[in-house]
Amino acid sequence: MKLKRMSLAVAGLMAVAAPFAVAQQINAAGASFPAVIYQKWFEEYRKLHTDVQINYQSIGSGGGIAQLTSGTVDFGASDVPMTDEQISKLAVKPLHFPSVLGGVVPTYNVAGVTQDLKFAPETLSGIFLGTITKWNDPRLAKDNPGVKFPNADIQVVHRSDGSGTTFVWTDYLSKVSPDWKSKVGAGASVNWPVGLGQKGNEGVAGTVKQTPNSIGYVELIYAVQNKMAYGSVKNASGNFVKADFNTVTDAAAGAAKNIPDDFRVSITNAAGKNAYPISTFTWLLIPSHIPDAAKAKTIKAFLQWMLADGQKYAAGLSYASLPKEVIAKEVKQIAKIQ
Amino acid sequence: MATPAVADTAAIRRRTTQTGDIVARLITLAFAASIILITFLLVWQLWSQSAATRHKFGFSFLFTTTWNPVTEEFGALPFVYGTVVTSVLALLISVPLGLGSAIFLSELAPAGISNALTFLIELLAAIPSVIYGLLALFALVPLMRDYGEPFLKSTLGFLPWFKGPVYGFGLLTGGMVLSIMTIPFIISVSREALLAVPREQREAALALGATRWESTWQIVVPYAKLGILGSIFLGLARALGETMAVTMVIGNDPKISASLFAPGYSIAAVIANEFSEATGQVYQSALIELGLVLFLLTIIINGLARLMIVATTRKGSKR
Repeated sequence: MKLKRMSLAVAGLMAVAAPFAVAQQINAAGASFPAVIYQKWFEEYRKLHTDVQINYQSIGSGGGIAQLTSGTVDFGASDVPMTDEQISKLAVKPLHFPSVLGGVVPTYNVAGVTQDLKFAPETLSGIFLGTITKWNDPRLAKDNPGVKFPNADIQVVHRSDGSGTTFVWTDYLSKVSPDWKSKVGAGASVNWPVGLGQKGNEGVAGTVKQTPNSIGYVELIYAVQNKMAYGSVKNASGNFVKADFNTVTDAAAGAAKNIPDDFRVSITNAAGKNAYPISTFTWLLIPSHIPDAAKAKTIKAFLQWMLADGQKYAAGLSYASLPKEVIAKEVKQIAKIQ
Repeated sequence: MATPAVADTAAIRRRTTQTGDIVARLITLAFAASIILITFLLVWQLWSQSAATRHKFGFSFLFTTTWNPVTEEFGALPFVYGTVVTSVLALLISVPLGLGSAIFLSELAPAGISNALTFLIELLAAIPSVIYGLLALFALVPLMRDYGEPFLKSTLGFLPWFKGPVYGFGLLTGGMVLSIMTIPFIISVSREALLAVPREQREAALALGATRWESTWQIVVPYAKLGILGSIFLGLARALGETMAVTMVIGNDPKISASLFAPGYSIAAVIANEFSEATGQVYQSALIELGLVLFLLTIIINGLARLMIVATTRKGSKR
């Protein structure tokens, strides 16, 4: 009697669960920065194509590349383009598809300062190298006339965990400061000369908010959503540009002419009057040969959608959309997926 | 016919042992063996996965202070320093407080209060460490930055441990968070040990004319020494391995500094922070070798604890 009831219950559960069984499951993993918009895209795509379910695990750029290499996911995502060494470890050559743009901004908390501050590249590298130690340093005053800085030590805050955000920040500093390039270099994790380390964008943002006279770097999204003060940075054309969706997209547009065919490019310190100098693509890493023909078809269709309708969701979630020149080039790359 | 004076125990065992006993013995042996097997597998994995850095740096890994993922130069010293300093600091704060509370709860408090407080303290031990980390981040750090550390600097600033700029984040705050986390363990285990001391000991001391305090401090506490030492090493084990709470407040800066106000880094914290994004064979194996170092550190400290317990037991039994 008990066995009969139990088996009826199991059968009932399976009948209820059956409609949820999907025709196609695609697994992806990688960067945490674009995770929010990827989840939104996969959800919206599923509404349009109910038989497709794409699962995304936000485990970090390094994790995404590692999972793609070991073959546990169908495609990966990374804030940092793959190096030649990483690509050589893959049996199937991966194609990089930029999906959205992000910017990294200097956020600060200075006693008595309510205005937006302007930072020249030399000032930022000096602060993070530890050569500029006080807020009332003349180099800061030069770019910010009329701002009354306190005579206080600058408390630098950086990331303690490896991340694409750090990579972009240090990549920019390496381009604008030969000192930084030789002493520290660029990487997802570096040997910081000064500063406190905190985990995640939230850690840095929270610490800067709490610590008086501090400066840190966070993704543009965090600064916007947490309503934090962030400064403008002088770009390669000499203009002080504050990061927002347009200036970040402009940076990509400015770099679009020289973009390599494999899209593995850093767009920091890009040319362009209104280009924000600390911008970055974030990439989807799609294998160039997908053995399962149905999956290949779905992924290609998704990419087409992402480059067209998908970009509309970017601004609402505080991401910058891709410029049309880059989109046009990417659409051509979709054909390379076999 | 002479009957043997001594019973033939082997024969008795053969007659009374049933299959059930044999099976039970084998199963429990298997469980015990699996623990040893898991430990060996753990050590073997740590050893083999850290091969790249061991071959590259050798013993100098233990004494280098650089941690540079870009140039792939790695050294364990700042992390060992941070781990040891925060743990020792934690013990320095939690042992007097914990032992004092345990003595109060077992000897001096009325039974009702003692039970209620013990219940609350055991609840403290169950709180996840991330919560302690958040508490420290939002409450302890501003407190230390604005009041605690400047106070220490003004009164004890001549000592090398209390010199230098005050950040709020640092080794001192890390040590304090760890002490908050180890106190519940020390209190609950020490209290049990003190309650287990037979009444006759206390009564004998009082009968010989000792005061309440003399009886507690000179008779009861030494009798419960093993249990109390055990609780301290339990607390120390937790402090050495604690990750999230420490990484939120220690400042995550791999530098060695005499000042306790300076930021530092612990082994568990750096592994938690950097492992998921560690690209490259050498970087990953450096982090795994740090895990191996922590494992060895724990073994050495537990070994010393064992030696100390053996030494005090031998002295005790000779009395």
